[in-house]
Amino acid sequence: MTPTAARRTLFTPPVPASPFPYHPGSLLSVTDLTVEGVSRLLARATELENHDPLLRDHILAKRRVALLFYESSTRTRTSFELASKALGADTTLISSLSSSIEKGESLKDTGLTLRALGAEAIILRHNSSGAPWLLEEATRLPVINAGDGMHEHPTQALLDLRTILAHLDPRTKTCHPELSNDRHPERSHPAARDGAVEGPAFSNFREITSETLAGVTITITGDILHSRVARSNMLLLPRLGARVLLCGPKELLPQQAAGAGPGIEIERDFDAALRQSQIVMMLRIQAERLAGLQLDLDEYKAAYQLTGQRLAAHAPAAVVLHPGPIIRGLEITAGVADGPQSAILEQVTNGVAIRMAVVERALLAGGNGAPADRPSSVEPQQGGLA
Amino acid sequence: MTTLAILNGRLVDPAAGVDAAKDILLKDGRVAEIAGPGKLKGKIGVETPGAEILDATGLVVAPGLIDIHVHLREPGQAYKETIATGTAAAAAGGFTAVAAMPNTTPVNDSPEITRWMQSPERGAQVRVFPIGAATRGSKGETLTDFAALKAAGAVAVTDDGRPILKDNTMRETLAAAARAGLTVIQHAEDTRLTQGASMNLGPVSFKLGLRGMSPEAESSIVERDIRLVAEVRDAHPHLHVAHTSTAAALAAIRQARRNGLRVTCEVAPHHFLLTEEHVGFYSTNAKMNPPLRSAADRDAMIEAILDGVVDAIATDHAPHAMHEKEVEFENAPNGIIGLETALGLCLRWLHTEWRMPLGRVLSLLSAQPAALLGLKGRGTLAVGSFADAVVFDPKAEWTYRATESKSKAKNTPFDGFAMEGKVRWTISEGRIAFASRA
Repeated sequence: MTPTAARRTLFTPPVPASPFPYHPGSLLSVTDLTVEGVSRLLARATELENHDPLLRDHILAKRRVALLFYESSTRTRTSFELASKALGADTTLISSLSSSIEKGESLKDTGLTLRALGAEAIILRHNSSGAPWLLEEATRLPVINAGDGMHEHPTQALLDLRTILAHLDPRTKTCHPELSNDRHPERSHPAARDGAVEGPAFSNFREITSETLAGVTITITGDILHSRVARSNMLLLPRLGARVLLCGPKELLPQQAAGAGPGIEIERDFDAALRQSQIVMMLRIQAERLAGLQLDLDEYKAAYQLTGQRLAAHAPAAVVLHPGPIIRGLEITAGVADGPQSAILEQVTNGVAIRMAVVERALLAGGNGAPADRPSSVEPQQGGLA
Repeated sequence: MTTLAILNGRLVDPAAGVDAAKDILLKDGRVAEIAGPGKLKGKIGVETPGAEILDATGLVVAPGLIDIHVHLREPGQAYKETIATGTAAAAAGGFTAVAAMPNTTPVNDSPEITRWMQSPERGAQVRVFPIGAATRGSKGETLTDFAALKAAGAVAVTDDGRPILKDNTMRETLAAAARAGLTVIQHAEDTRLTQGASMNLGPVSFKLGLRGMSPEAESSIVERDIRLVAEVRDAHPHLHVAHTSTAAALAAIRQARRNGLRVTCEVAPHHFLLTEEHVGFYSTNAKMNPPLRSAADRDAMIEAILDGVVDAIATDHAPHAMHEKEVEFENAPNGIIGLETALGLCLRWLHTEWRMPLGRVLSLLSAQPAALLGLKGRGTLAVGSFADAVVFDPKAEWTYRATESKSKAKNTPFDGFAMEGKVRWTISEGRIAFASRA
């Protein structure tokens, strides 16, 4: 018998690092971004949002962006399209229906075809986790992950962060549902209008650091297992100091979720989670990914539905987020979705600003040709139409 | 038939208990003589004119390696691999015999296909031992004719990849195979628990957003099979657990042995070297079934190899065409190639890194698998046995390049890995099946 102690010290093959250097403009996972990178993107989003629209559309004038969507989408697709066009880029949409994907063309071939057509960046929504890595490896173009299977949705986490920051008092680390950006002055806090607190300027955090969300607790409730939004948020927010509580039944929230990264905890009691939280993010049950899983919806609603009563009792000052699509009457009541604590539509609006910054980064990062750190074994991409 | 003399080498033949400088004479496909160094030299040219001399100075001469778990893809999937290319890869890796799984197209569930696979027209470079399907079409319903399969050359039965889930079918299979003198090989996976799963279930699968296969999906079938072996123990069945990958399955196997049941197991190099972390960023070359497991499971494989519970190292060589692996992780087929990396990895890790004696490493790759499947006259270089030998430089360090593989396929997670021990010659039944440049 080999002594166990000796076995424990055995050296084994190291885990490989990233298999290839990404295009510097790619955004495949929130873990690709440094905290400074997140900070720059959010600052740039605000700049671009405030930019003169007539000048803004010179930034990416006539650059070609392809939106490759293997799944249906309203918010993400439209906001990426509006964001790209706001900067002057030409966009083209390829959806799995009405394209050669229906005829069996592979993701690799579709990507190479788009590149040959002059696409300079591809925004990909795909039903398989990890598909953006395959596309980036095949095309070496900047790829923006607009949601891959059950894996990640990085721009959603960034726009959620922007929404959170808009409601966060940086001095007290308290959230204020009623404090918002300028588009809803009628809902602004009186103190903010008087300039007594930093009010609407909350969104203009000069710099985001690993301390920005220190003291802030965010609860994410619902179908965590199938949610790419949950994964991107739980991997991003703790890096800025936040504590993330995951809440849901074990069928939709496996215990392994707590091991996804630091700063993540599981709290199965929704009311207890609410009492600790400044931010509550609700998620839809993803019927299309349940794969035969049977859920008692009445039981689910009793335990996890965000109702006005629950919110008033346990988190009267929390800001309510939801990435959409919302299923009213299931995970959230209409009263809460439309109520004063809801920032759901602000999230949608923030999506355009964030995606402007992300698309700009995709096309301007690393210049126009092949970055120097590309492996030489791969044909450099010449960016057809630049 | 040629006569070969391997001179000046170090013979390591664990089955014969030999580890010494010896000269070996191979004649008519058999080992004709083994003698002390220099003793054969005088005879060559006198008693055996025309003998080809292989100078094995500084090299190890060992029984040809035997891989009891490979997929050669013929009949029916020649675009992935053929018996000719798969066995060429085997020869390059030092293997002189391989046992070929029946999940071909059509499934090898008949004596006809079993014979077809062994026909000289297939162009095999080393000996191929077909494994027959346990049930017709591997559908898990009707047992095949084990006696007829055995007569045609099959060395075991299995429904590899489509495990036998029904208790009754498995019980009958164990009993009928025992009557026919065949081993039952089970790919232990409760496929009812692994629908849509593409890697090990755990924190990594959660983080990657991939559905996971639980370790219990493997161990529960191993435990069930062991119960069935015990039920029919009077028939003396032999259960062999293919590509064991979980600590729980190994624990069940250990216990079964203690209870006197004939239960054996194999472990693949990727399961004792890599973990689920090696999936990295959705590398389809790290996708196989059973999947790469946790570090704790991997450590349990190492421990079981070192302490002798594992009976064989088998590669589960599973070639796939390039285009099949260049797809979304969930859509990629399971499996990696392994014939050309097994020896180099075993020597690099089991022997050099983890200090397993060379003879024991080689035994796991030859003598023990031969005994397990009852391959008479193989797995040893005792006089009279088949002239199946591998001659390798145990000190040579090299880097494996998948592009240089003799296999049609290049799907491997070991591309670029450091290897130890370079094959100089592989001799299959007295014929040089592979020779590298000196």
